[in-house]
Amino acid sequence: MAKIIHNGKIVEDCWVVIASEEVGPTTAADSHRNLLLPMDAWEKCHQSLASSGKTVGVWLAPDDELAPLISHLSGIPAIGIFFPTFTDGRGYSLARLLRQRHGYRGELRAFGDILRDQVYFLHQCGFDALCLRKDQDIDDALAALNDYSWLSVAGH
Amino acid sequence: MYIYNEIDQQLVEDRVVQFRGQMERFLDGRLSEDDFRPLRLQNGLYTQRHSPMLRVAIPYGTLSSQQLRKLAHISRTYDRGYGHFTTRSNIQFNWVRLVDAPNILEELASVQMHAIQTSGNCIRNITSDQFAGVVADEIFDPRPYCEIVRQWSTLAPEFLFLPRKFKIAISGGVEDRAAVRLHDIGASARISADGAPGFEIFVGGGLGRTPIVGKSLKGFLPRAELLNYFDAILRVYNRYGRRDNKYKARIKILVKDLTLEGFAQEVEAEWQYSRGGPNAIPEENFSAMEAFFANPSYPPVETHDLAYREALNANKAFARWVERNVTPHSTPGYAIVTLSMKKTGTPPGDATADQMDLVANLAEKFSHREIRVSHEQNLVLPHVAQKDLLALWALANTNGLATANIGLLTDVVCCPGGDFCSLANAKSIPVAAAIQQRFDDLDYLFDLGPLELNISGCVNACGHHHIGHIGILGVDKNDEEWYQLTLGGREGHRAALGKVIGPSFAAAEIPGVIEKILETYVAIRNPDEIFIDALERVGLQPFKSAVYGEQHGQNHS
Repeated sequence: MAKIIHNGKIVEDCWVVIASEEVGPTTAADSHRNLLLPMDAWEKCHQSLASSGKTVGVWLAPDDELAPLISHLSGIPAIGIFFPTFTDGRGYSLARLLRQRHGYRGELRAFGDILRDQVYFLHQCGFDALCLRKDQDIDDALAALNDYSWLSVAGH
Repeated sequence: MYIYNEIDQQLVEDRVVQFRGQMERFLDGRLSEDDFRPLRLQNGLYTQRHSPMLRVAIPYGTLSSQQLRKLAHISRTYDRGYGHFTTRSNIQFNWVRLVDAPNILEELASVQMHAIQTSGNCIRNITSDQFAGVVADEIFDPRPYCEIVRQWSTLAPEFLFLPRKFKIAISGGVEDRAAVRLHDIGASARISADGAPGFEIFVGGGLGRTPIVGKSLKGFLPRAELLNYFDAILRVYNRYGRRDNKYKARIKILVKDLTLEGFAQEVEAEWQYSRGGPNAIPEENFSAMEAFFANPSYPPVETHDLAYREALNANKAFARWVERNVTPHSTPGYAIVTLSMKKTGTPPGDATADQMDLVANLAEKFSHREIRVSHEQNLVLPHVAQKDLLALWALANTNGLATANIGLLTDVVCCPGGDFCSLANAKSIPVAAAIQQRFDDLDYLFDLGPLELNISGCVNACGHHHIGHIGILGVDKNDEEWYQLTLGGREGHRAALGKVIGPSFAAAEIPGVIEKILETYVAIRNPDEIFIDALERVGLQPFKSAVYGEQHGQNHS
């Protein structure tokens, strides 16, 4: 299993991200218990999958809108936000909206093109789970949570 | 001046450590060139034609003499003994070594300076009026707000990877000396009907490839809401600005696509969530910040200084310098002095290490240790007693810093151009030099009166050619350098973009072309009518005819 940073620790990743190209999560879903579904699949299938014993979260592309999720947020255990490239900063705003405006309390994960150099700032915007690009040294990335000593979350 | 607290200091020191690590990973191959590029740009480090270039922020153009000495030291130790002051109150070192960059940042941090966000797709250095706090026409001092915005924007985690660069200017004067309508966000001081301080907010201005004069997004924003409102603008831009095409990624394109009204609705909707909330700025923060920018207590001076009057009468060179380079101060008996960095033959905005040390000395002797950097690339001493002007002039004059040309033709605004910059299509410095050499006669320059000439070496417009009364843009045609002329640009409240007058010219033709334009102006002007006003009155045609002949030339199209 892949390692991720979660709540300031290196842990085994217990979630499987279902790619958006797959029509519905049927095949991959069979062998895993915890699924992060793309937005459209989540809208269609999260209820049926949940009733079949799966734990279902959702992941967003940078241009996804939050509206379909808002009334369900308290029941969503994990939300992933995909970074196609680390220079695409839209995910930071999505995270801020989820945490600050909508009071989302579940796991918020950044995944995709994540380097140790963004770890501190992602965490500042409310990501508590960081799934790094494969070439990154995860111990070094963990240390990056302390790159800055003083920036507070509240006032940026 | 603002003094860093523990938090500010820790931040710049942490940044040095972070960047040193990034540089090490780049040099040993763990960080690819593609991954390193956005990271080094956020620390102001470019690769250029000859050598890397480091751009250092001078927030809202304010420097202490100690900081300027440090810049002199850096240019001596890590560069070739000079630096270039830019049109956005930064200084660039053109000859640094990559491996030295972390050490330079460390030196900067030791005097409360940094290179954070001087490039990259993030919020850039905040710029302002070089006369802030001391000029007679001020509504209120913009610097406390500049510093509040600097702190908010520095490493603002949500806005480090925007669609494109983002520039903010804040001005406090009745006259706009910060070109606020030519920035992504411009804020102009206003007082509400009930006497409360706030800002008019402009959005979507900018030069570059698609020059646009910014539009008023909000007539009056209470000052407490400054950051909430900026957050709202930035969030809308970060989420919806185009990322598919870098030439359409600035906020001005988003404003155009949504229309001003549509964009304003999005911002208002976003702002409603934060308005009056925990990030509204408490009143006591303003007074705390204003205390940093209180003017020094000026010793009382004789305002009817006889010796000064005599010097003005007896010394023509001094009198001319006072006429052009000295601005009225809000305190009687004091003056604001602009040191010209536009001596003929010196690249506009360049200062040697020795000159920087000298200016630091002058600031210590005459200006309460403070220096300002103007977006016209000159240095300003903001607190000079009128009785000291003659002594100051004499020292500046012996060191080539007293050319009496502020606001005149030879006060050329100019980017580094093709001599240094890898983006440039054409050289700009030699063109500036040729113009300065041709029009070196002060009698003639004084007769011409206020005239702004701006030169950019490419469409990125670092030389702000669009807003020069006369603008010159370097263009590439079949690998040859050509220069396109625009006329009619201006800054300030009547901000306007210049219009291209016709086919472009070879470098050698430029001084002759400028001469024809000036002759036309002299022929048509009314008494006391400055160049840009005369041009606006008569339109481009007489100038075109003078330059291209009646048939309106086909020479180099």
